[in-house]
Amino acid sequence: MAAAAETGTTFRDEPPPERGAIATAFWRYLPLLILAAVWEGAARSGLVSQLALPSLSSVIESWFGLLVPSDPSPGIAGGLLPWLLWFFSGDIITNGLDSLWRLCAGLGMAISIGTIIGVLMAWYRPLDMLLNPIVQVFYPMPKSALIPVTVLWLGFGHWSKIVLIFIGCMLPVTLSAYNGARGCEQFLVWSARSLGASRTRTLFEVVLPNALPELLAGIRTALALSFILMVASELIVARSGLGYMIGWLGDGGVYDAMFAVTLTVAALGFAADRGYLMLMRRVLSWRE
Amino acid sequence: MARMTTTAGTLVGLGEESQFTRWAELGRRALLSVFPVVLVLVIWDQATCLRASVCLDHPFTTPFLLPNPVTIADRIWGDVTSGDLVLNVGLTLYRAFFGFAVASVAGVALGILIARNNWVHWFFDPIISVGFPMPKIAFLPIFMLWFGLYDTSKIALIIFDATFPVLTATIAAAQGVDRYTLWSARMLGASERQLLWEIIVPASFPTVMTGLQIALPISLIIAIVTEMIMGGPGLGGSMIAASRFADSPGVFAGIIEIAIAGFCVVKGMAILRKRLLIWHPEAEEPTTV
Repeated sequence: MAAAAETGTTFRDEPPPERGAIATAFWRYLPLLILAAVWEGAARSGLVSQLALPSLSSVIESWFGLLVPSDPSPGIAGGLLPWLLWFFSGDIITNGLDSLWRLCAGLGMAISIGTIIGVLMAWYRPLDMLLNPIVQVFYPMPKSALIPVTVLWLGFGHWSKIVLIFIGCMLPVTLSAYNGARGCEQFLVWSARSLGASRTRTLFEVVLPNALPELLAGIRTALALSFILMVASELIVARSGLGYMIGWLGDGGVYDAMFAVTLTVAALGFAADRGYLMLMRRVLSWRE
Repeated sequence: MARMTTTAGTLVGLGEESQFTRWAELGRRALLSVFPVVLVLVIWDQATCLRASVCLDHPFTTPFLLPNPVTIADRIWGDVTSGDLVLNVGLTLYRAFFGFAVASVAGVALGILIARNNWVHWFFDPIISVGFPMPKIAFLPIFMLWFGLYDTSKIALIIFDATFPVLTATIAAAQGVDRYTLWSARMLGASERQLLWEIIVPASFPTVMTGLQIALPISLIIAIVTEMIMGGPGLGGSMIAASRFADSPGVFAGIIEIAIAGFCVVKGMAILRKRLLIWHPEAEEPTTV
């Protein structure tokens, strides 16, 4: 922006800074509201068919429809737990929880095991020589190719997705941990060793913190990838999950509900990335 | 270290012996990097005939769960001779590259526009910040609804998905152009057009290239996933068909074919980067892969 402003090609400068925080946020996100209004207007006026593009209001309505449980209420008098279970038994909640469980389990395994392998590869040269070529060969492979295999191995349930996400997300984490740990300055390691730190202590107090920024960036890539793999595998073969819901709602022609679930997945992916970014800034605040 | 000395050796032309050590060094490295891959293949081959010691009657794995690598190689050779492989690889790569090409042109053009104009920036900034981290593959059924089941919907989704990395990289690059360079060029009388083509485009090229290197594997992933969901010819489609017929050598052959295609595409891009950015210090060390 600075470059454009300096060359004088811009019409006007940034919105005046004296606005309040809410007004600034409103001004910033106004384009999204405009898009939403255009969507609603186009669908309402009949400019595009309601079948091809259900109006935003009907999408929101059907989202609440998916939130509401389909069974009749057991009544709160029958105990709080059954009532709570009933209350949270809407389609989008149960399927969403299934998807999130797969995502968290797969990503958790990928982060923990991937980090360990990456750091060990950087730390022990024989392991590096053994594993590095394998990582280099498998890293560029589109991981979605593994969807049919995990289904062959583990069936239609949770575990085929968890293992898929685990395999797919492990390599970016491994590679970033490896690069981060290897990029550690030798002088720092030597200084720590000459000051009497043991090898393990050097690993934990010099090499690991040094690898952290790159590792966290790698985990962010893995997070985005895990959402892609989750939705893709659920769209292709599954019996539950948000991707599965998108698939069957689309097949059934319930397009407003399909749009609702699609936007839910998009919102979840966005929220996860933003949340992770905030966490990353907090963890890395010692750097500045 | 060895590499540095060898390049220095060739630079000053130390003669036959250094040439020989250079080739020996290259051969040693190649052997070292091929060895683990061969090891994996051998272990895989052995595992398919291994019998678990606790229960001698039952094989450790079945040919269905993990076919022998020789069977798979046979299958791939069969695909090559029947012409299926060429058709499938060609179709998948055509979709991926077509989408990628449109996405890169659109991404670069829009990115420069966003970086240069405050109003365009204001309009697209929230859209990009919301759209970039979104799992866009979830929009596939919507694209199927709009564009049908054939090439159009696949390529449209690839464009939609691959534009974002190019766009963000271009914006970051164009905004990061050194302002003293811009000032100097303007002071020397460069017009807006010259400024764009002679300063901003070359200066932002390395970062844009990084964005392209992220977008290309994404295009390939989306091409394969869309083929898997919609079926039909293509690497993903033939693989999912094999999976439906419980034809596990076909599935594994598909994985190997996709892995090789992905490897070639990504490595080709890295080589292209080295060639195009030979003037830039970043050329030696591609930031991705």
